[in-house]
Amino acid sequence: MTILCKRSDLIANSGVCALHNNEQVAIFYLPDTEQKVFAVSNWDPIGEANVISRGIVGSVEDRLVVASPLYKQHFCLITGECLEQSAQLTVYPVALDGEHLVLAA
Amino acid sequence: MSQIKVVVVGNGMVGHHYVSTLAASDIDAQITVIGGEPRPAYDRVHLSEVFDGKEPSDLGLVTREEYVALGVDAHFGDFVDKIDRSAMQVITRGGQVFDYDKLVLATGSYPFVPPIPGNDLPHCLAYRTIDDLGEIKASAQGQKVGVVVGGGLLGLECANALKNLGLEAHVVEFAPGLMGVQLDDGGSQMLRRQIEALDVKVHTSKATQKIREGDEHRLKMEFADGSELETDLIVFSAGIRPYDELARQADLKVGERGGIVIDYQCKTSDENIFAIGECAVQGNFIYGLVAPGYRMAEAAVSQLSSEPQSFTGADMSTKLKLLGVEVGSIGDSKGQADGSLAFVFSDERDAVYKRLNVSADGRRVLGATLVGDTSDYDTLLQYYLNEIDLPDAPENLVLPALDGQAPTLGADALPLSATICSCHNVSKGDLVTAIDGGCTSLADVKGCTQAATGCGGCAALLKNVVDAELAARGMEVDTRLCEHFKQSRQELFIIIQATQIRDFKTLVNKYGCGQGCDVCKPAVASIFASLWNEHVLDADLVPLQDTNDTFMANMQKDGTYSVVPRVPGGEILPEQLIVLGSVAKKYGLYSKITGGQRVDLFGAKLNDLPNIWQELIDAGMETGHAYAKSLRTVKSCVGSTWCRYGVQDSAGQAIDLENRYKGLRSPHKLKMAVSGCTRECAEAQSKDVGVIATENGWNLYVCGNGGMKPRHADLFAVDLDTPTLIRTIDRFLMFYVRTADRLQRTSVWLENLEGGLDYLKAVILEDSLGIADELEQQMQHVVDTYQCEWRTAINDQEKLKRFRQFINSNSSDPNVAFVQERGQPRPATSAEKRRQQLKAVV
Ligand code: SRM
Ligand SMILES: Cc1cc2nc3c(=O)[nH]c(=O)nc-3n(C[C@H](O)[C@H](O)[C@H](O)COP(=O)(O)OP(=O)(O)OC[C@H]3O[C@@H](n4cnc5c(N)ncnc54)[C@H](O)[C@@H]3O)c2cc1C
Ligand code: SF4
Ligand code: FES
Repeated sequence: MTILCKRSDLIANSGVCALHNNEQVAIFYLPDTEQKVFAVSNWDPIGEANVISRGIVGSVEDRLVVASPLYKQHFCLITGECLEQSAQLTVYPVALDGEHLVLAA
Repeated sequence: MSQIKVVVVGNGMVGHHYVSTLAASDIDAQITVIGGEPRPAYDRVHLSEVFDGKEPSDLGLVTREEYVALGVDAHFGDFVDKIDRSAMQVITRGGQVFDYDKLVLATGSYPFVPPIPGNDLPHCLAYRTIDDLGEIKASAQGQKVGVVVGGGLLGLECANALKNLGLEAHVVEFAPGLMGVQLDDGGSQMLRRQIEALDVKVHTSKATQKIREGDEHRLKMEFADGSELETDLIVFSAGIRPYDELARQADLKVGERGGIVIDYQCKTSDENIFAIGECAVQGNFIYGLVAPGYRMAEAAVSQLSSEPQSFTGADMSTKLKLLGVEVGSIGDSKGQADGSLAFVFSDERDAVYKRLNVSADGRRVLGATLVGDTSDYDTLLQYYLNEIDLPDAPENLVLPALDGQAPTLGADALPLSATICSCHNVSKGDLVTAIDGGCTSLADVKGCTQAATGCGGCAALLKNVVDAELAARGMEVDTRLCEHFKQSRQELFIIIQATQIRDFKTLVNKYGCGQGCDVCKPAVASIFASLWNEHVLDADLVPLQDTNDTFMANMQKDGTYSVVPRVPGGEILPEQLIVLGSVAKKYGLYSKITGGQRVDLFGAKLNDLPNIWQELIDAGMETGHAYAKSLRTVKSCVGSTWCRYGVQDSAGQAIDLENRYKGLRSPHKLKMAVSGCTRECAEAQSKDVGVIATENGWNLYVCGNGGMKPRHADLFAVDLDTPTLIRTIDRFLMFYVRTADRLQRTSVWLENLEGGLDYLKAVILEDSLGIADELEQQMQHVVDTYQCEWRTAINDQEKLKRFRQFINSNSSDPNVAFVQERGQPRPATSAEKRRQQLKAVV
């Protein structure tokens, strides 16, 4: 278990990026959902840049998604899959532990 | 059958319609067309718009290349001088000879110049062709007074043209009233009042006896009553005469008062020769409008097919706007038929006159005259054309309704045979067929039937019919913003304004569903900003913003950002140029002069953005909103300050406008420009808002666009003083902000706006909706609450929190790498990155 950052580093209803073992992790904080925090890889496999944390979050037919800020494809925050074409983000197991965000792996 | 040789003489509107109809049919014809004017057919009906800012080339109906592509052999600038009927040949002035199997005369008509001594002096002109326009313009250059002889429809249009050229315009009419052909006395008088109120001098019952050299002006006109009028130029518009010389020479039958006589098949007295359009006379009648000419062309083409059709006359009802005054005339407009009963309404305060003529039994409309208000035209025309039974109190059709709602004839009540678009001969039945054939929107139906793509007069009626038909089939036009909001952007705007909601959560819970998305969130953020103008990075707002707004910079392909400070009007201090240069050097940025007269610095790392902006702000610069759907730049030229032709200070005006509207969030980006004279170096006519200096103030153009689908801006108002200019732009922009769809530029917005430019003018210039004050106040609020977003952000640690590449590390993105090209950095390609990494390892 690793502490990635503090709750106060997160931006409500939006994303930030953390570094973990040289991997870039995009973290989204959605306080109104049950799970509250979500983490996927920051690398946009379609736009080929480290930008996923800067996308807009929302829902597509009840699935929580982030839209790539480059070319607007939607990625599921829970499974990491892309809804429009075949592409996949890595999903990281994260949770809030008091005032800290922890990564289970 | 072998290919048939068709020769068409005249390439006016009707001749061209014949050629295009024939070329599109499956008749196997070899088409030759000979046009006397030096250019292919153009839209004569909209000739006057050239005085309103259009280019002659905008009027073209066809190009030489298009004729070539259709396999049409076209010759321009040569006149057919002779028809040899026995050899079946035509011979041109230039000596060319063409054989025909079928000959079509579409020679149109020419302006009649009354036989007044002196009518051939220089600066006595006519008005019919693009070349005439050039002569009128040249003659008017630097002059003061212009006279139009003739107070008919064309004469009044010409008077407007003279006014637009900056002349004091006079209309001299022989008869006692204006537009005597179409209007009764009451209507004619009301029209005169209105036109005089617009500063056009009207002289009726005046017979010109002589024209000679003037004392103070170039020419002097002497009238039968002893009075005189001095002027710099005269344009004759005293009626038209058919070009029938050719027919006379070939011994074809001509009418008593001229014109080539045709039968119902549009055949002349020689069965291999047709005549169509304004040169033809049928039953003693010359049809001086374009729609009947088109019908003749179609009928003449059909004679070559297995299904010949007839042309048996056409409706001459017209609706137009002369010098901004609405005029309509339907059928027997003056009530001359036996037993005709009239209902007349006259309102001298608002200058409205309406006359409805009905049959003796009160059941049918026979005709109508409308001056000052033609809103009833569509309804009355449908009653007339389709012989629909009148209600018991027909007067209600022309009286102002007490509850403010004019009775309209529901689209449902129209029979399938009802003509909706007369330019393209589209009936309600054609529309229904198109919808049954798969059209699901107004745009589809227009594309498929051509309806409303001619004069545009039928647009409102077309929309009614299409909407009604779609609704009847349970097809709703889908205007929902996205899956989270069933409202359109405009509806959401009204909701937010009325409820004063300022956060997304409340809005989506009350009026939408789900979590929102990358479509509705930025749209809502934009509406909030237009209305409340709070900082883009406020905690509630930041999750709604696109990445560009979130970081107040444009994201580039590699995840870096660009930096564009505002340079109002393109005017920049040397010190600021130096700072731009040193910042670019210090942070390793690629520098480029943009197409918007400013400087863009590319390749900034996320974590460098706050420091870069700190340095720029310290040098007195501010954000340029290059990242936002909001005002980008106001392009300028140097204007009267430096330029020898400039008539106003265009740079100063551009800077003032840019400072006023900077920061205004809108449905899409906004661009403006100000030029110092008509040479137009700032390209104002390609902008959303364009301003061009005149001797007397500023001309305002709106809804231009460059980009994917360029559109010339429309002239909106002329000779405005600066306060009026600002007030007009305030209203225009706010109305756009309120009513446009998301990501709809002003050009597309206007093209979809019901009622088009006239409606927009009514709303903005005449305040027809009574919202002008509110629009101005809303804009003033935006202006008063302006802040440089970057200045606010760099002074607020909470807002800067996000400008870190990683929340748990100070390193930067290792994937961002540059190589040098032409002395500046550019993003490395992936191959280059691999090489760089390899080197680092080795
Ligand atoms: C930098 C610049 C090109 C240049 O090197 O000169 C530029 C660059 C971009 N343009 Fe542009 N446009 C630039 C002038 C123009 C112009 C010319 C002008 O403004 O005089 C036009 C045509 C005029 C017009 O808009 O009517 C223009 C028409 C577009 C369009 C098409 C808009 C349309 O209505 O068809 C887009 C796409 C869009 O907005 O959806 C676009 C979009 C873009 C974007 C934002 C694309 C993107 O999302 O990354 C580019 C990024 C700019 C950046 O990162 O800073 N840009 N773009 C110019 C910046 C001007 C400025 O100072 O702000
Ligand atoms: C300013 C203006 C405004 C108008 N507004 C309206 C309106 O609002 N609504 C409406 O319905 N109508 C309007 N009209 C009328 C409309 O333009 C005409 O009805 C229409 O253009 C007639 O078309 P046409 O092809 O018969 O004749 P034209 O368009 O006149 O074309 C005839 C062509 O044949 C050429 N020609 C003549 N003789 C020869 C020859 N021997 N050899 C080769 N070529 C020859 C001529 O040079 C000309 O180019 C307007 C006209 C004008 C001038
Ligand atoms: S033209 Fe295309 S590539 Fe060039 S700056 Fe504009 S949007 Fe970018
Ligand atoms: S009536 Fe002219 S476009 Fe339809």
